[in-house]
Amino acid sequence: MTTTAQYNFAYLDEQTKRMIRRAILKAIAIPGYQVPFSSREMPMPYGWGTGGVQVTASIIGPDDVLKVIDQGADDTTNAVSIRAFFAKVAQVATTTHTGEATIIQTRHRIPERALGQGQILVYQVPIPEPLRFLEPRETETRKMHALEEYGLMHVKLYEDIARHGRIATTYAYPVKVEGRYVMDPSPTPKFDNPKMHMSEALQLFGAGREHRIYAVPPHTEVVSLDFEDHPFAIQHFEEPCALCGAEQVYLDEVILDDRGGHMYVCSDTDNCEERRAAGHVGAQGVEGAE
Amino acid sequence: MDIGLDGGFSEPVLQAQSSFRAIMDALANPGTIRKFADLASAHGPLTAELVSTLLTLSDQDAPIWLSEKLRQTPGVEGFVAFHTGAPIVSVTGHAVFAFAEATDELPALDKFNLGTQEYPDRSTTIVLGVSAFAGGDELVIRGPGIKDQLKISPVGLPTDFVAQWAANRALFPRGVDLLLVGDGAVMGLPRSTRIAEGH
Repeated sequence: MTTTAQYNFAYLDEQTKRMIRRAILKAIAIPGYQVPFSSREMPMPYGWGTGGVQVTASIIGPDDVLKVIDQGADDTTNAVSIRAFFAKVAQVATTTHTGEATIIQTRHRIPERALGQGQILVYQVPIPEPLRFLEPRETETRKMHALEEYGLMHVKLYEDIARHGRIATTYAYPVKVEGRYVMDPSPTPKFDNPKMHMSEALQLFGAGREHRIYAVPPHTEVVSLDFEDHPFAIQHFEEPCALCGAEQVYLDEVILDDRGGHMYVCSDTDNCEERRAAGHVGAQGVEGAE
Repeated sequence: MDIGLDGGFSEPVLQAQSSFRAIMDALANPGTIRKFADLASAHGPLTAELVSTLLTLSDQDAPIWLSEKLRQTPGVEGFVAFHTGAPIVSVTGHAVFAFAEATDELPALDKFNLGTQEYPDRSTTIVLGVSAFAGGDELVIRGPGIKDQLKISPVGLPTDFVAQWAANRALFPRGVDLLLVGDGAVMGLPRSTRIAEGH
């Protein structure tokens, strides 16, 4: 029998987990409020999802089934390595199927398939403070949240309209949670904002470099900021997914050659694969393809 | 009689994880009853649910307040110190967690730390032992985590709970959060929950 040293279950030490767990409980109790926490060094660089990884490590148990996506895809570097990390340090089952997962850690997308009760969505967040690019001082943004002073954010959206004729913010589109806190939904496309509203899943957000955790409980009001005469609207795509023919989903543009050839395919790879397995074929898809 | 140091989690890592998930799910879905998967054993006046919650959430970074009866029982402070290392404070306003085995041991909610407008997360989480989750006065609750509304009727809430909770809710985002523990389970009432009807 080997005697190789083992990491603690799910990598983090127990005291760190308790500290993060306490922060998570407060985040759930105050939806949209960013709870400071003592972020740890993780075996991956900041910017690779250390916040999300710490949140996942603090909640995950042996019975959980973990899915990790990066821009909707299960098979990109960040997703593969984080999935492998938890398979190794927590010996949990992993999956690429949204419906089978109990915990889904995500970088910048919400799965197309509606999440259900008991599922937990963990976001990797680079800049948790929605007001940061408008006001660089933490002392000031904290006061603005305390006083519910969000006029500056509306000025920003108004300036978009003055300059471009519409609200030009397309990702990290600010939302108001339960009528109180303005929150950054992380750099998800605004296409995904409506999925956060009244979701049945618990949504947890971890920002490792910025030392913040925040949350949106299930069945919670999440409203995208807008104006009466410029209501919030999501992106629309002219053509369906070239592989599976899906409409009303978020698409990525794939460049095919240097003569302007391109195709649009599902950003959510699992959704696309499931549709193709069910027999849906898009304009450039292949019948019966794997 | 001193209750000694025996007890605690036999599998600290996994029991803390499963207990935390019960507590987290309870707080994220207010009014629902979440079973502890693997309880620690009871210890004198500390019920199994109180022990499990204490061991899951407390350590040297989280000062706790104990009810008069818990503090007076010989050995409880030693048990807490040995298993968690959490400082025990006598001033309710300094507590990150407050533990009371019964409602008559609990001061008014606004005596605890309510947090500040800038840092509402610094408020106290109160862990209160209840004898049952059904059979008490019916309350209709609404708020984040609750689909439409939910009826709850825990036994052993303070007599003027509806008024106290309305005052606590009015402070939002400040205010205390409440964990009701008993019967092998936990029910969460975060500060965001409103009591719509009840008496």
